[in-house]
Amino acid sequence: MKYIKLILTFVITIVVFYALNTKLGSVPPIGKFLDPAGGVWQNDTNEVIDGNVNIKGLSAPVTIHYDEQLIPHIFAQNDLDLFKAQGYITAKHRLWQMEFQTHAAAGRISEIIGASALDYDRSERRRGMGFGADMTLAKMEEDPEAIQFLEAYRDGVNSYIESLNAKTFPVEYKLLDYKPEPWTTKKTALLLMYMTKMLAGGDDDLEYTNLLRKFGKDRFDLLFPDFYDITDPIIPKDTDWSFIDVEQSKTPLGELPLDTISQTIEKPNPDNGSNNWAVSGAKSATGNPILANDPHLGLKLPSIWFVMQLSTPEYNSMGATLPGALGIISGFNNHIAWGETNATRDVLDWYKVEFKDETRTQYKYDNDWKNTSVRVEEIKVKGAASVIDSVIYTHHGPVTYDHNFMSDNEKSGYAMKWIGHIGGNNQRTLIDLNKAKNYDDYVEALKDWTAPAQNFVFASTEGDIAIWIQGLFPNKWEGQGKFLLDGSNPEHDWQSFIPQEFNAHTKNPERGFVSSANQHPVDENYPFYVFNDGYETYRNRVINDYFNSKDKFSVDDFKALHNNNYNLKAAELLPYMFETMDVSALTSEEKEIYNQIKSWDFNNDIEKLGPSIWSKWYTKLYNLTWDEFENDDEALTSPYNYQTIYLMTTHPENEFMDIVETSKKETAQDLFLLAFKEAATDLIAWKAKNGDYNWQAYKGTRVGHLLRELPAFSRFNLPIGGDRSIVNATSATHGPSWRMIVEMSSPPKAFGIYPGGQSGNPGSTYYDNFIDDWAIGKYHELNFMQNTTATDQIMATQTLTPSN
Amino acid sequence: MSKQNILNFVVTIIIAAILSQFLPWWHVMVAGFVAALFFSLKKAAVFFVPFLAICCFWTVYAFMMSSGNDFTLAKKIAVLLPLGGNPYVLILVTGLVGGFAAGVAAVFGKNLGDLVRK
Repeated sequence: MKYIKLILTFVITIVVFYALNTKLGSVPPIGKFLDPAGGVWQNDTNEVIDGNVNIKGLSAPVTIHYDEQLIPHIFAQNDLDLFKAQGYITAKHRLWQMEFQTHAAAGRISEIIGASALDYDRSERRRGMGFGADMTLAKMEEDPEAIQFLEAYRDGVNSYIESLNAKTFPVEYKLLDYKPEPWTTKKTALLLMYMTKMLAGGDDDLEYTNLLRKFGKDRFDLLFPDFYDITDPIIPKDTDWSFIDVEQSKTPLGELPLDTISQTIEKPNPDNGSNNWAVSGAKSATGNPILANDPHLGLKLPSIWFVMQLSTPEYNSMGATLPGALGIISGFNNHIAWGETNATRDVLDWYKVEFKDETRTQYKYDNDWKNTSVRVEEIKVKGAASVIDSVIYTHHGPVTYDHNFMSDNEKSGYAMKWIGHIGGNNQRTLIDLNKAKNYDDYVEALKDWTAPAQNFVFASTEGDIAIWIQGLFPNKWEGQGKFLLDGSNPEHDWQSFIPQEFNAHTKNPERGFVSSANQHPVDENYPFYVFNDGYETYRNRVINDYFNSKDKFSVDDFKALHNNNYNLKAAELLPYMFETMDVSALTSEEKEIYNQIKSWDFNNDIEKLGPSIWSKWYTKLYNLTWDEFENDDEALTSPYNYQTIYLMTTHPENEFMDIVETSKKETAQDLFLLAFKEAATDLIAWKAKNGDYNWQAYKGTRVGHLLRELPAFSRFNLPIGGDRSIVNATSATHGPSWRMIVEMSSPPKAFGIYPGGQSGNPGSTYYDNFIDDWAIGKYHELNFMQNTTATDQIMATQTLTPSN
Repeated sequence: MSKQNILNFVVTIIIAAILSQFLPWWHVMVAGFVAALFFSLKKAAVFFVPFLAICCFWTVYAFMMSSGNDFTLAKKIAVLLPLGGNPYVLILVTGLVGGFAAGVAAVFGKNLGDLVRK
């Protein structure tokens, strides 16, 4: 009996140990997690930001002053120490995020959260993200100094990782029950790929191919014109291009393959975009040029940005960094300021590949057979066996779609040609921008930037303003890469690249300002092939109209413009709808809603009802209009908003307005009414459930944690207006991820804020402390220290000292 | 409360407090087990004395870690688990989990101790 009791209690003890030590489903290992001596309780604290820390390999002490916003101001004696300190300090505040984002880029999320991420990981491998990172690193190896800097950063991150133990790991590691791995230079390359995918990883070639086959060329061109009837391009229309002495590639004869494609991989969010602008001294209220930048990205915690000051005896820069990359990305130094918006261009094409046989070792090219290669992709899965999903590579790039993935033909596939696979030394551009003193330095720094192409805005204390659209762009023939290309035809390959000096740019234009908001880079006069790649058509016009509206602009005007909620899209359609729609059939409840939107001033402010009604009404209208595009058997994409509204107002009786399902032949006016009635029903239901549909409540802007928006670590229902296509581009989950304004006085005076906080620790008061001010449109003045002497605005100082 | 109960209670906490600096969370199981080996208790006390000891130890420890920081993280974890966002409930759950693990290990320790002593 005693032995039975002993064995029984022993077994129970083991079971209890196992149950409390193991992650079960989404529940963390509860004993380990709740242990006050080692679990999550250890993270309920603000960070230690004073004292001395010994760091291996430093050549001299590095001083880090923290101001009241927990912004580190790093003062080092040389570049190597600076980047080592940047790595150490970034990891100290953002380690989990750095690793998670690079795991996401590499398609390694299954390793952390299990089989539920397998589809995601497979698509990242098939996109060739790891391949692109390898190519990037190979390119950077041609620049030994850059590699040294990357290694210094790596060593800094690893010094921090080595100082951790199971008790001090960031919360997310405890929650998911894993531990950090050493940082590598490849992880920096992966982070750059993460950004390249986010900003230059989209295309609609396969969807367009399906549409071309389905509707024919004329109707396709009506729906998807290369240029809209209005353009207000980044580079002003009157620019003289006569200095360009290279011609556009010649268009080959021959047919495009018009395949039916059923399914495509997930695209980056089409709202990824940004605003930037600068006014010249002549147009500035103080006589100093002023520059602004606000990148629109997914609203996430921890934020994608981390603000820092980086200083050596040679230079002094400040602004937003990307955890994982070196230097300041969007910021300023004592001489210049710079910022980026995404310069969308079609740099991702698809080629139909025909294999010789089912072994797929050779494919047809130039009337011959060419060998393929294989990249073995082993995806580790938490709690399960690894999955091997090797990808076949052609000279175009990875065969993303084949019979193993979203396709079924064993003898053919679709290969991806992407600028992201070419490899570029973007890190060099960022390092050199940090040190640049004038326009020439800025132009020189940009030359290495490959992808994602960016509109780099510039202003200097010398009084110059400029914008360069910088990236490596294929010199395409007319129409190349708009649709699926023939992978066996050498004439369908990218023939050459546009020489860097012929990238579109403007310096000190006559109008006294430069701006970009992801619109068309140039008009039709630019001598290379550019077509509408999802260009923005609203924010840019509001911004340019604003700068044309008066003579002088101040920092406060810049703030007002960042927070401008004017909905030009609504203003261009609603008056026409009010004028032409028959309202006699509206019920009294519907009439009330109609009157509410009729009295709206087209500003998407938080307390207004109009934006909510517009949002619902337009969504319904859009879906009713493009009912022809709802199809499960083939991948399609419906037209852009600008062209949709253009067709409604200029071709209201076009056959696309007809609802295919009904026997009646609808016009745009019929759709307005139908959509309005549907929207009213939804809004009444929404109100019954949630109360007043004012824009703040209805939009429900939130900033979600990187890990599947864990509600506990996220912020909800923020009081911020705006929406997509509005200068204040804040939709429910997306918007201005960093707002910066710099006046080019000596030294520059700068303001910045982002929807997050400097700390990545949800237990820190600095985790989300910027969000409330960001939402109401406030800015924090950035304390740009001119020397290492601490002022009363410094709350603590830490010294990194060399150790053996 | 008997002297033996008090002794076990105190010794469990002392062993747990010392081991917590070296061992992972299961220091509470070792503490419950070892204390039970040497301070044999009777009936329900075998489980409940170490249970209470560790429950006290972990709740006080958790409270100390978190109160200085206004329970910033505890409030969030109490949403995550989910415990209605109440940090005190999280502290209580923490105590119960630790206490339960210690109690179970103590019952095993007691049975082993009885066998060795015979």
